[in-house]
Amino acid sequence: MYKYIIRRILVFIPMLFALSIIVFALAKAAPGDPFTTMLDPNVDRQVYEDRKEALGLNDPVPVQYARWIGKAVQGDFGESIVYNGRPVMDLISARFWNTIYLGLVALFFTIIVAIPIGIYSARNPYSLLDYAATGFGFIGLAIPNFFFGLLAIYFLSIQFGWFPAQGTVSGNEVSGLKEFLDRLHHMFLPGITLGLASTATYMRYMRSEVLDVLGSDYIRTAKAKGMADRNVLYKHTLRNALIPIITLMGFEFGVLVGGAVITERVFNYPGLGTLFLDAIINRDYPIVMALTLILVYSY
Amino acid sequence: MSNEPVLQVKDLKTYFYLDDNQVARAVDDVDLTVRAGETVALVGESGSGKSITSLSIMQLINKPGKIVDGEISLLGRNLLDLSDKQMTKVRGNDVAMIFQEPMTALNPVYTVGNQIIEVLRKHKKMSKKQARLRAVELLKLVGFPRAEETIDEYPHQLSGGMRQRAMIAIAISCDPKLLIADEPTTALDVTIQAQILDLMSKMKEQLNMGLLLITHDLGVVAEYADRVLVMYGGQIVETSPKYDLFKGPKHPYTQGLLESLPSVHKELNRLGTIRGTVPPAHKFPTGCRFSSRCPHVMEQCLEKNPDLIDIEPERSVRCYLYTGDEGAKHGGDRRETSHSN
Repeated sequence: MYKYIIRRILVFIPMLFALSIIVFALAKAAPGDPFTTMLDPNVDRQVYEDRKEALGLNDPVPVQYARWIGKAVQGDFGESIVYNGRPVMDLISARFWNTIYLGLVALFFTIIVAIPIGIYSARNPYSLLDYAATGFGFIGLAIPNFFFGLLAIYFLSIQFGWFPAQGTVSGNEVSGLKEFLDRLHHMFLPGITLGLASTATYMRYMRSEVLDVLGSDYIRTAKAKGMADRNVLYKHTLRNALIPIITLMGFEFGVLVGGAVITERVFNYPGLGTLFLDAIINRDYPIVMALTLILVYSY
Repeated sequence: MSNEPVLQVKDLKTYFYLDDNQVARAVDDVDLTVRAGETVALVGESGSGKSITSLSIMQLINKPGKIVDGEISLLGRNLLDLSDKQMTKVRGNDVAMIFQEPMTALNPVYTVGNQIIEVLRKHKKMSKKQARLRAVELLKLVGFPRAEETIDEYPHQLSGGMRQRAMIAIAISCDPKLLIADEPTTALDVTIQAQILDLMSKMKEQLNMGLLLITHDLGVVAEYADRVLVMYGGQIVETSPKYDLFKGPKHPYTQGLLESLPSVHKELNRLGTIRGTVPPAHKFPTGCRFSSRCPHVMEQCLEKNPDLIDIEPERSVRCYLYTGDEGAKHGGDRRETSHSN
């Protein structure tokens, strides 16, 4: 087992390396540079060139890459260009946990909704609720995140006023348990938005897994042994049905962090996704590079 | 033989309601009796309703199947009158069942011991410790030499024959009055088959259970059964003590089955066959269900299904050949006619 884990990690290193080259090249290939959006177009051309020269942006791309990777392997991802030279790692760590919390809320929502509904659908296939769940599944998968987010803001936040539409906390005046609840309250809408598609997917997976297991020989054995329905379901069925689900959940976390880019933007949620998107728009290369590698790593 | 009956099934009808308003009469008017200490073999081709009969006794028929009519009395109590909850106290306790496929019949994520212990705890209300001791005893009884270790092993660590032994241990754990074995050895190779069947016979003797052995292997029937019920098309077509059946089969279907067995005593160029296959259960012919394949088919066979009639003590057959005088004649010259198949 340890051998296996070590081998996986060793394979992973050249992959990250190759990926960093591709991402670096793509980032450089995008037209413009950090100053196209930062500087007033009326500023003297010379100032602009001086800034570029100072940051080494006029060097050939391979030289720039070598400089970047040389520092990156030592854990130094450089300084942000747009945020006045703040270290990239500081910017990331300030937002990192926000994104993780959001991912956890989404995952929690996925689990508590998808698994019970999936089980119900499998035990009562072709019932009214099963069809309703199937319909919800299709809608959940078909609706883009940003659109559902906008609907959620419009109805649940603006029309009914149940949930805040953006941010992570109401202000600095709360603390302790109150702060925790306030944060949850803020994360509710982005959480369900982020979790919607995976909820729909897992509901379907769970339905087919449970249906599959319920038809298996060992379930018939359990029934023939006189086990009550509840025991057959919770002891004999779920443990088998959850095996593939848990395997998929492993991938899911990476998907949630990646998917947060759009959701965070919609809810103006200060996580990695918002940072990432801003960095791309501003051509803030060091941030883009560092975040891409983190996203890849989380998969 | 003079033992009291453990199981008496009367007029059992299990129908499957298919999508297009068709009804598959998978089990239709089945009567059977199993006495304590007796092995009754239920024989027939695939699709003849053997397994549905056994699952009906356990009331494990899944939708769209339904037990429509009949009576299943176990020690005088009609199981069809019991609620679902009462039925869970009967299954695994008074009646136990062993299935065809030992490779998939045990739950892969629990240890063998766990799966035995849970039965003991449910039906015998044993403590964990007691149940574990009893489970080790049971595993030894069914022939696990290292029972103390096997109890903590998972099913995938055991071979097919060993898993079937574990299934037997589960089945006999609560001293059932009736053991139903649904083709228990079909998936095993021949030497293991004999071991498993010997073990089941031994357990049956020790516990004085009734054993309902479902099989399509006439060799198994010849070796282990006391009485034989031949099923065709969801109905019992012939019942007989074992020796009489092999000496002189009455129903043309039984005759066909025996013709198709190779024998070391006779030299034959070709084995006999029964032409055709069992029709699907929603397309049985009107009249006698075997009429579409019977070499002796007569006009009345196509009109009305014959009743199961007693022809000798302990013997009955569902065929018009034995209702009138001509019966004896046809029965006698079966060897000539069946060669023309």
